[in-house]
Amino acid sequence: MSKNGPASVEFRSVAKRYGTVTAVDNVTFTIEPGKLVTLLGPSGCGKTTTLRLIAGLEMASEGQILIGGRDVTRLSAADRDVSMVFQSYALFPHMTVLENAAYGPTVSGVPKAKANEMAVEKLGLVGLKGYEKRLPSELSGGQQQRVAVARALVLEPQVLLFDEPLSNLDAKLRRRVREDIRELQLKLNLTVAYVTHDQQEALAVSDRIIVMSNAAIAQEGAPRDLYEEPASLFVADFIGDANLVDGELSEIQGDRARVRLADVELQLRHRGARPGPIKVAIRPESLVLAAQRPAQQAVSGRIAKAAYLGTHMEYTVASPLGELFIVDRQVTQPYAPQSAVWISLADHGVTVVPA
Amino acid sequence: MKRTAALWLGLGWVGFAVLPWYLVEGGSLSLDLLSGWPRGAAGGGLFLGLLEGRWWLLPLALPLLAALIGLRLPTDDRRISDILVWAGIAGLAWFVFQGFAIGLRGWGGNWLVALFGAPGPKQEGMGYGAFLTALSFLMLLTHGLAARGFCRGDAFTVSSIGLIIALITAFVFFPIWEILVSAFKDNDGRFALNEFAAKFFDNSIWGLDCTYSSLRCGVAWNTLFLAILVGVGTTALGLAFALIATRTAFRFKGLLRILTVLPIITPPFVIGLAVILLFGRSGAVSAILYEWFDIPRSRWIYGLPGIFLAQMLAFTPIAFLVMIGVVQGISPSLEEASQTLRAKSWTTFSTISLPLMRPGIANGFLLGFIESMADFGNPLVLGGNFDVLSTKIFFAVVGASHDQGRAAVLAIILLAFTLGAFYAQHRWLGNRSYTTVTGKGDSGLPLPLPRRVAILCYGTAIPWAVLTIVIYVTILIGGFVKTMGRDYTPTLQHYLTGFAIERASWGIHFSGSAWNSFFTTIQISAIAAPLTAIIGLLTAYLLARQRFAGQRAFEFGTMLSFAIPGTVVGVSYILAYNVPPIEITGTGLILIICFVFRNMPVGVRSGIATMSQIDKSLDEASLTLGARTFTTVWRVILPLLRPAIVAALVYSFVRAMTAVSAIIFLVSAEYNMATAYIVGRVEAGEFGLAIAYSSVLIAVMLVAILMIQISVGERRLGRRSTSDVALQGAG
Ligand SMILES: Nc1ncnc2c1ncn2[C@@H]1O[C@H](COP(=O)(O)OP(=O)(O)OP(=O)(O)O)[C@@H](O)[C@H]1O
Ligand SMILES: [Mg+2]
Repeated sequence: MSKNGPASVEFRSVAKRYGTVTAVDNVTFTIEPGKLVTLLGPSGCGKTTTLRLIAGLEMASEGQILIGGRDVTRLSAADRDVSMVFQSYALFPHMTVLENAAYGPTVSGVPKAKANEMAVEKLGLVGLKGYEKRLPSELSGGQQQRVAVARALVLEPQVLLFDEPLSNLDAKLRRRVREDIRELQLKLNLTVAYVTHDQQEALAVSDRIIVMSNAAIAQEGAPRDLYEEPASLFVADFIGDANLVDGELSEIQGDRARVRLADVELQLRHRGARPGPIKVAIRPESLVLAAQRPAQQAVSGRIAKAAYLGTHMEYTVASPLGELFIVDRQVTQPYAPQSAVWISLADHGVTVVPA
Repeated sequence: MKRTAALWLGLGWVGFAVLPWYLVEGGSLSLDLLSGWPRGAAGGGLFLGLLEGRWWLLPLALPLLAALIGLRLPTDDRRISDILVWAGIAGLAWFVFQGFAIGLRGWGGNWLVALFGAPGPKQEGMGYGAFLTALSFLMLLTHGLAARGFCRGDAFTVSSIGLIIALITAFVFFPIWEILVSAFKDNDGRFALNEFAAKFFDNSIWGLDCTYSSLRCGVAWNTLFLAILVGVGTTALGLAFALIATRTAFRFKGLLRILTVLPIITPPFVIGLAVILLFGRSGAVSAILYEWFDIPRSRWIYGLPGIFLAQMLAFTPIAFLVMIGVVQGISPSLEEASQTLRAKSWTTFSTISLPLMRPGIANGFLLGFIESMADFGNPLVLGGNFDVLSTKIFFAVVGASHDQGRAAVLAIILLAFTLGAFYAQHRWLGNRSYTTVTGKGDSGLPLPLPRRVAILCYGTAIPWAVLTIVIYVTILIGGFVKTMGRDYTPTLQHYLTGFAIERASWGIHFSGSAWNSFFTTIQISAIAAPLTAIIGLLTAYLLARQRFAGQRAFEFGTMLSFAIPGTVVGVSYILAYNVPPIEITGTGLILIICFVFRNMPVGVRSGIATMSQIDKSLDEASLTLGARTFTTVWRVILPLLRPAIVAALVYSFVRAMTAVSAIIFLVSAEYNMATAYIVGRVEAGEFGLAIAYSSVLIAVMLVAILMIQISVGERRLGRRSTSDVALQGAG
């Protein structure tokens, strides 16, 4: 739908320094046209900076940035065909909803009537017909957010950027708006870069996720890849709360190897790890609790803490593998604290973490 | 970028070839002058260079040609930016060099005389053409820098920075530099350290005779002593007023509010004038004392007591403004915490509240100190034999001795004092004196004043408030009676002398003697105010919203003029602009420039304060929507900046109308300002006219403030409320 069609975004060894602080360090990635890519990571890891580099609000200290194959490294924000939805929405408080939405075309010289027409169309798209005359201060948080989206869409940019667009919304609204954004992106075939620090949100909406840590990319891939095959301890822990357990790797055969975890022996993909001590990531839902010793291999443990969360139970269990965090779907007859349990491993959600 | 650069280059050629290069006498063109064009007095630089032997102008053509070639290169050629940068630098460098090297009477430096022999070529002050050419070089330079990626490649930002740096250099640093240089020179323009030392350590400046004999002390000690007294006094009174306003159930708080507006609209020396009318030899109070108690009339008011009294009256309201912010800034919850720990109210006040106010009190003191140092009007009308630096400087320039070198030395001492105080304030307290005064909605009840503190506050503040009211009543009625203190017959004579309007055969004739200066004042102030606002807010934008190398130095440069006392500014402007290359003394322009750069810091401060309340992502949103920086500033920031615009406009207008110290050096017969005229009347003993004129000024300023407030209007923000920007001034 964009007048030039969605464009790719490419970073080639981009770095951004503020004095001695390195906010983004030697980052290389590509966002394919028409895809929604999430930048995910803990606070201060450089997500916003990366987004602002795409927008042209910051200038790269090093490296090259390409949008749609064109080198835009030195172009200012106004010269790039990129729009951004800000965390604070950044609606102009002295302009009405319509004036806000029509701002882009107006300042680029489109006649007023045409600009308003474009704005009204996009406001309709986000479901805000009839609100044109209001001031931003007269809208709810969710409505303001949608005005911000409409305003960014009006120019039909090659790339659309979102910086934590949902962080000012309550939990319920968050889920709905993120679905709306995803739907809009698919329908209009937009290239979107989306910043969040909420891993659930990232898993739910993205085609691909770029996990950042300490100004660099920790891992990049489809949501499922990241969850199931984390490339590092950081990623394993950051996405979906993995238990990181010490193990011993031996007897590599093909792409699999034998892994010993305390008393338990498993065949796992070695993912390039060398024989010797290694770390294994185990998802909380891949640890199966039982009161009696099960048929398959298991270790014994003792429930340290138990919490009831409606749909599931969360346990902290002391075991020879260390403290384990376990999610159990079975809520009708929970294990009491201090009771002895057996812990076995499911056949998924257990991975060797390379490096 | 390339298009605007080309536009500037075109303007540069116009300036160089078409417009009159030199200043045309009288400032405007007559047909007579134009007939000789392109030669003659109104000739363009290019032709003067080619045809009239002003060969030193010709090198300026080279950078203009280079830029012309550079801009014809294909758009993505990287050499364009280099060419623009170097053309700009080379053009500016030669421009400045020839401007200073060749003066009105030949070579402008002794080394040039030594090299080429006297007298050398001559030239007059620069005119429109020269100005436009220089501006063009500057813009070529900034556009080149922007193309190289300065300030995220934003030409508007780089150009604004360049322009403001150039202006500050020309109109703040250059005059100060001139004053420094002339202090070290003898009257023939030679470097003379001995003479400087002799002037600097003169007994009339640093002498301590008054401590052990009946002789007078040096003027530096006088000034310092007075400033400390006034600093302490105004702070104490200001604090008393502030405590009454915030911590008591005083019934006339509305009156206190008025107190905060008074200093803004009262020309500083008017207080001195009223003090004379009350306490002078023939003053109203003196007359009463003589008739009722047989206390002989005397001249005791002339000297330290009078100046002290006048400055206290003039600056206490400012101290009140600062102190009220300080007192309100103390979170009541701290005091409540103390009380819940069983502290009595006096204990809480002395152990919690007062220590918390200490930085604010120090700040108030420094402000009063600086105000007193910089004040010129009150010492002038009330000084008698008590000299202070600011008046001494004035008399060194206009007096019989006419010793500019001595004026420069005195100015440097005064500047050192005020800069020292500002430095202390900055280092020690940060920029608190400019913080906005807003009633913070911190819940909890502030501690009521302990009894003894309350008594002390009322005891000092109420008599003082009464005195202030008496002073203003004096100002008000002084213009309507024959002679204050002698003859209270009501009369309109003073107003008629000043503001008579007659119907003449050719229409209305403004025959009053004050009209001339009155119209000039209104005109100059009305031109200066928007310029001040524009430059101040632009600077504020650059400081608050952009990041660039050397920003701290830039900020210092823009705030510096705040710390320079008016008399120093006046002397330095005379020294700097009496001769080419910038020869503007005696014009209205020099008054405007003086006002703009003296009052700009307030625009900067109020702009920064308001801008920091505006979320930065608004600008960024605008940028990502394809708006250029200029459009963003125009459509997004400016509309949200209305309170700051009002503050800057009001302040600069009012300051321009009330200023005395700097402009008394700069006025001319043609461009006389109201304040200078009034001071002249006071010196001639025509108090009635002076006080009548002052009342008119006060009324005009009130009207102006209201009009600006109405015409700029409120920000349109829907439910969101706006917070006021406090007005406040110094120096
Ligand atoms: N203007 C600046 N000057 C100096 N350092 C900065 C600047 N902007 C960002 N940084 C630093 O760069 C790093 C990355 O900042 P960034 O805003 O990109 O983090 P983020 O990943 O978006 O974090 P969050 O999730 O908290 O928003 C931080 O350490 C931050 O302190
Ligand atoms: Mg961020």
